[in-house]
Amino acid sequence: MSSLWSELEQVLDKVQKPARYIGGEDGMIVPAHHPDKAAWLLIYPDTYEVGLPNQGLQILYEILNERSDAVAERTYAPWTDMASVLRSRGLPLFSVDTHRPASDFDVLAFNLAAELVYTNLLECVDLAGVPLRTAERAPSDPLVIAGGHCAYNPEPVADFIDAAVLGDGEEVIGEITRVIVDWKAAGRSDRHDLHLQLAGVPGVYVPSLYAATFNDQRLSEITPREPGVPPVIEKRTVTDLADWPYPRHQLVPLTEVVHDRLNVEVFRGCTRGCRFCQAGMITRPVRERPAEQVRTMVADGLKRTGYDEVSLTSLSTADFSGIDEVIAATMEDEGCGQISVSLPSLRVDAFTVEIAAQIQRARRTGLTFAPEAGSWRLRTVINKLITEEDLYSAVQSAYSQGWRRVKLYFLTGLPTETDEDTLGILELAKRCVELGRTHHRNPSVTVSVGGFVPKPFTPFQWFGQNTEAELRRKIGLLRDGARHLKGVQLKWHDSRASVIEGLLSRGDRRLGFVIEDVWKNGGVFQEWSEHFDLDLWTAALNRHNLSLEEQVYRHRTDEEALPWDHLSAGLHKDFLWQDWREALEGAGLEDCRWTPCYDCGACTGYGVEHVVASATPPAGGSQGTGQNLARGGEVPVGLGEKLSIQKVPARIGS
Amino acid sequence: MTRVRVRFSKTGKVRFVSHRDVARIWERALRKAEIRVAYTEGFSPRPRVSFGLALATGYESEAEYLDMDLVDEPQIDHQVWALQICRQLDLALPKGVDIVAAEVVDRSIDSLQKAVESCTWHIEVDGIGYANAIECVDGFLSKENVVVERERKGRTVREDVRAQVFALDVTGATNQGVRLVAELGTQPRALRPTELLMAIDPPLRARSVRRMNQWMSQGSERIEPLTADAAPNTLAEARV
Repeated sequence: MSSLWSELEQVLDKVQKPARYIGGEDGMIVPAHHPDKAAWLLIYPDTYEVGLPNQGLQILYEILNERSDAVAERTYAPWTDMASVLRSRGLPLFSVDTHRPASDFDVLAFNLAAELVYTNLLECVDLAGVPLRTAERAPSDPLVIAGGHCAYNPEPVADFIDAAVLGDGEEVIGEITRVIVDWKAAGRSDRHDLHLQLAGVPGVYVPSLYAATFNDQRLSEITPREPGVPPVIEKRTVTDLADWPYPRHQLVPLTEVVHDRLNVEVFRGCTRGCRFCQAGMITRPVRERPAEQVRTMVADGLKRTGYDEVSLTSLSTADFSGIDEVIAATMEDEGCGQISVSLPSLRVDAFTVEIAAQIQRARRTGLTFAPEAGSWRLRTVINKLITEEDLYSAVQSAYSQGWRRVKLYFLTGLPTETDEDTLGILELAKRCVELGRTHHRNPSVTVSVGGFVPKPFTPFQWFGQNTEAELRRKIGLLRDGARHLKGVQLKWHDSRASVIEGLLSRGDRRLGFVIEDVWKNGGVFQEWSEHFDLDLWTAALNRHNLSLEEQVYRHRTDEEALPWDHLSAGLHKDFLWQDWREALEGAGLEDCRWTPCYDCGACTGYGVEHVVASATPPAGGSQGTGQNLARGGEVPVGLGEKLSIQKVPARIGS
Repeated sequence: MTRVRVRFSKTGKVRFVSHRDVARIWERALRKAEIRVAYTEGFSPRPRVSFGLALATGYESEAEYLDMDLVDEPQIDHQVWALQICRQLDLALPKGVDIVAAEVVDRSIDSLQKAVESCTWHIEVDGIGYANAIECVDGFLSKENVVVERERKGRTVREDVRAQVFALDVTGATNQGVRLVAELGTQPRALRPTELLMAIDPPLRARSVRRMNQWMSQGSERIEPLTADAAPNTLAEARV
């Protein structure tokens, strides 16, 4: 079908930020559609500015368009003003590349990076003119597929998606393409047939082929409805990033977006074992990109895009074993003007600040560290093994090298957290300001506090999330305490949004009704504070006889079924349970890249290993590597030694 | 340091990109084309590129201007040098942003913002017939003052629009309405075509707006900062 551009250009002067909808980015592909090819519409269900930089989506966009049997275009959630205009004019959701109607595609593939966008998924499916529920779709309707980190518990959106894809997408996307192409060639007759074929692709979960059984209001199991459907779906893992130097042509947007710079992924996975961190758990093992390839991708990318900033992305870039080599090469290979390198997640130590000082020669405005918890005791519970000395030496180093603002990230509502731990956050901040005063007249420390949300496939998946009132009380303690601390600015995340994020992250299939209810009542863009509406959610829960108490606040036991038990991120459930018990005992666990294997299952289950260029840990940083800060490259004896057992909190019980 | 003045067009889909974003697109294009721009001094150095009058998002233009200060001095004929630079730049710019002309200019001349006094616009208006449009336009032109209320920085101000309309005419009919041509003043503040249309009785609605020229004075003459025919064929050939 033809492009909708001539209709769209008549309405673009009626909406905010029309550049969101025009495409035309440097790197955009105008693919040749053909009935024999599988046509993918890749959708990031948030605004263009948030979605465009997403690397996962860009990687799949290129890989699909390189194939002879597929085409891929992109779209993003239209802002509320655009959605109203589209509905009032009878126009559908469209791709930004060629402005083709969404229903012209064979697949609507959603990247689910955050739970609060679930209602936007419904909004996009509806705007596409596709029936909301999988069961209502005809063979001529597009498939609705979801990937991304939220696909590890897709149960809340199970009724709306044909399939969820677990893990790295690079390889599986081709296999899914084959299935769709064959199904189309065979006459595109029966959706159930297609579902069965898809369920045969490793990493693909087709919710409609599984029955969720409930016993007395609690999930008892999720099992295949018919033979031949795998009882457990394993995630996909790409073993060697060197085979996938994508994106080769990162999209450069015409309008400003978040992370508006060149992004080069240096490794995937993380083994620091922070117990609250879902990303670190589900992306194991560590797979580094060869330093030489990173250098090439940086140099070529800067030249091609015209960006003056490159971000080396990963879950902990200071841990990249080729970091020195890459930075040295980038800094000496200056083309026009100054290039700055940014590290999105700084490790908390002076060594890392040295690296930052090396690369951020201009514009030393602020540095961000994430100690996550206010006391050493609590940091051992969450396995973020940063000592106060680590933090203070990092902050000291930052101030002495010209930075004036330090930003510290913390979580509150963590397992075993006492008010003493919470208030410890302010102690750390206060001390950081004092360190700053020795260098500057008005140093500033911004403390950013988020409410902790337990996630699937982490040791904290059994933890009963703090209630909204409790989170609010803890933030209140911090607000009161920070009021008289000169130089400390406190920022906090809306605790009401944390609760709904918690509801969706560990929810089961029954939440589909709640999500649909909220969407029907106008609850879109819930991840945006100006649109978030807790009342919509609580009213919907009431209507469907579900409660936050049961779904979010309650501790779960090791006997009960979890909505993601039939899915696997490679991690053994008993490893996670053991780690949860050890957390409650206050025992830390060292980084397994350089210490013996704890047999979490992520490597052994898939016959892969950590891919690191160096057999010795990088210099600096005591966290998790068990090293002496001053001396790199040495692993101490007494591996995996338990730290002293602290008090076991009374709240946790099973 | 050498100042180069560039005239470029902004047409098609890219018209929905804001003025601020266009500036960012130019900064990246300069780096891509490896053209050495001079930077400002200070804590956060910025490339020395200054844009003329802002163009409202959604309007097209065949007469956008910018002045850029380059580090290098031309070693060859100034005109040839400026065009070589623009050929490189044109390849680095997105579809719809095209260089029309370029010249080396003296660094002491007035800035574009200061020098430009008026702009010529082509406006397509929907929902009105030819005869009717002529009547409306004549009615507007026959008045000495047309005072309208406008929101400026959160306050309502009353301004005379008529004095800023140097010329206005109906030039033809389209399928849905008519084509207008207008020359609107830019000092001390530019009058926008849509503001003009709102001041006509009854108010008209633009389907499309395109800036055709910007004008400044040289003695008693009205001239363009750069004329479009200053671009020799070489530049047009470089464009795909």
